[in-house]
Amino acid sequence: MSEQKLQSQTVQTTGHAWDGDLQEYNNPLPVWWVYTFYATVIFAIVYWTIYPSWPFGKGWIGGVSNITYVNSEGETRTHSWNTRALLLEDMNKAAVAQKPYFDKVEAMSYDQIAKDPEMSGFILSAGKSLFAENCAACHQAGGQGVIGFFPNLTDDDWLYGGSYEKVHETLMGGRRGYMPAFSEVLNGEQINQLANYVASLSGIAHDAPKAAAGDVLFHSETAACYYCHSNDAKGRQDIGAPNLTDNIWLWADVPAADTAVNKVAAIRGVITNGLNKGVMPAWSGRLSPEQIKVLTVYVHELGGGQ
Amino acid sequence: MQTGLEDQLGLYQKRIPILTRSVKGRFRRFKTSVLVLAYAIYFLLPWLPWSRLDAPAQAVLFDLPGRRFLLFGLTVYPQDVIWLALLLFIAAILLFFVTGLVGRAFCGYFCFQTLWTDFFIWIEHKVQGERPARVRLYRQPWNREKLLKVGGTHALWLLASLWTGLTFIFYFAYAPQLLLDFFTGQAAAAAYITVGILTLSTYAAAGLMREQICTYVCPYGRFQSVMYEPETLAVHYDARRGEAARGRAAARAGQRTLAERHEKGLGDCVDCGLCVQVCPVGIDIRDGLQYKCISCGLCIDACNTIMDSFSFPRGLIRYDSEKNLALPAPAAPKVQWKRLKTIGYGVALVLMIGYLGYSVATRGSFDRAVNQIRQPLYVVLSNGDIRNRYQIRITNKAAQEQTYVISSRGIPADAIDLGNFREITIKPGHSGLVQASVRLSPDVAARTQRFELVITPQGKPAEANAEYVRFDAPGKRP
Repeated sequence: MSEQKLQSQTVQTTGHAWDGDLQEYNNPLPVWWVYTFYATVIFAIVYWTIYPSWPFGKGWIGGVSNITYVNSEGETRTHSWNTRALLLEDMNKAAVAQKPYFDKVEAMSYDQIAKDPEMSGFILSAGKSLFAENCAACHQAGGQGVIGFFPNLTDDDWLYGGSYEKVHETLMGGRRGYMPAFSEVLNGEQINQLANYVASLSGIAHDAPKAAAGDVLFHSETAACYYCHSNDAKGRQDIGAPNLTDNIWLWADVPAADTAVNKVAAIRGVITNGLNKGVMPAWSGRLSPEQIKVLTVYVHELGGGQ
Repeated sequence: MQTGLEDQLGLYQKRIPILTRSVKGRFRRFKTSVLVLAYAIYFLLPWLPWSRLDAPAQAVLFDLPGRRFLLFGLTVYPQDVIWLALLLFIAAILLFFVTGLVGRAFCGYFCFQTLWTDFFIWIEHKVQGERPARVRLYRQPWNREKLLKVGGTHALWLLASLWTGLTFIFYFAYAPQLLLDFFTGQAAAAAYITVGILTLSTYAAAGLMREQICTYVCPYGRFQSVMYEPETLAVHYDARRGEAARGRAAARAGQRTLAERHEKGLGDCVDCGLCVQVCPVGIDIRDGLQYKCISCGLCIDACNTIMDSFSFPRGLIRYDSEKNLALPAPAAPKVQWKRLKTIGYGVALVLMIGYLGYSVATRGSFDRAVNQIRQPLYVVLSNGDIRNRYQIRITNKAAQEQTYVISSRGIPADAIDLGNFREITIKPGHSGLVQASVRLSPDVAARTQRFELVITPQGKPAEANAEYVRFDAPGKRP
């Protein structure tokens, strides 16, 4: 039947003729196409009524679909549908789901948290994401830091102390590491002697006579290194003065230097120029107390704690 | 007669309703017993109690929120997905194996489409009567009787579909509670959506579409031909016997006995049409093997009944192979398995079932995953020691709480530090995370490429499980 229909049809034209005989066919659109087109029109109208669509005055037509969420101040807000409100709604849901855990964190002592397997699991995952968002920019994703810039949190040395209380104090108030540039008070030879002495403390190959002179200088009032680094050169955690006798290097990139001479040169550079870049911002006020507590336990665990 | 698409009037051919006649016989009995058994299992299994410590007392429970399948005494976790793969493989091979031997036995006797259609036809038969009554009802105008009978049939179909859908969701939560919740409006939205979809699809597939599912929707019917061989048993009409020299003919006077018919050159088929009337897919088996045939054997029952009533030998329509039928003198049909393909499928089937059984029987009571922490790979400590850290995740797959002890092999015993958790107690079906630090002096670190972390369930040293992990140190090449 359909074939007969096709055969009986004569081809229609639009009736226009150009250049004498150039005509335009007027073939009807396929029915399925037309109905699909109508369906898209209906879909569009339905869509406009549900979702934000047309600009109108200084705003837009919001549509009937709403999103209700509780903002960070605890106020309930209702907006016409938009992806920002959708995100806030999701964040709010996540916060509600996390709340029992954060409440527990608030109620428990550090020791209790560390010994509770369930809470430890929570600290590992929540701490990891908090660390990644706030700390990893300097201390790197795994807390390994960068020599010459940011301390390594995964080793067993703590500049300001590794107890829960000290880590918490560091997080809350931030830290500022400072060492004066000794080029202002010492000459090059003296600095060289001191550098050899510091190298000797960590068992690095050095010039023994120079190191002996450096030892004297270290404990003299001229250089007065012992004021901060203490008599045994093991540093003072109360002011964040590093231990010079261990194998851990924060400012002088000794591990990367290939020869003994270069290692001593790296130490010399730090003594000469001093440093005024050991700045960690205070997180109190930026993060909630529970978040800081989570981070405290997480960072404590990173380095094995003290 | 099949007509080509071009010859049909439209792209869609209106369905001619198939009103089947009921029949008695071996295959009908077999089909009924499979139906009763399958329904008994499907509809009653969710109600079978099974006491458990930490889960509802239901023998078969697919606990999706808990991410585990509880099957009697066995608990299956997502990690055991290989079992699902094996099961699917076994199911596929079993299908090919059986099809190669006896044709579409699955379609004819076991497929849920066949079972539910059969049940729905039974309802139709009970409400509207035998085929002639249904044909009369179909042809008569819409009056009170037709409305009542057809409406009643559809209502019963919907009820059966609803219970089918409900039973499906009973497998996913504690059935008695879910039933109560469902009808008091307390159940989850997913429950209502699932039941809704299953009710409608069951009603549509078994009540309205029926054989069209097999003919147009199901791919299996279309690729069965690649599994058939000349030796495969299938429902065949013995055309040589049925048609003879001058074709089939009704049993009129003078051609009622075999002797009379053979003398006239007539076949044994009395052209009663019963085989067509009982066919649930509406074909004439006498046209030969065809893709619509689901091999249900009802035409065999029908034909045998007629043959018996005429005292003709049975088996004009029978299970037979093309090869046997083509012989000058066909032998008694029997299952022929001595073929490479069949034996190959059989061997694959046995191997896979054996492997699945072995894998289930020897499953461990826990799973462990050990990852070295890679940021940083190692840390130099203040006295020069090297420390590597590892994250150990243990999943308890046993039915009771278990404590696990973590130890090491291949490094000094005091090198491993597990912080606060030298042992960890994990609830059944849960996971626990432990951080292990391993600290080695520089010279030991330099010669330690790897060592073993051993996880031992407390009190069950035989189930201990060890895994080799790397130890990294400065300057060491991987």
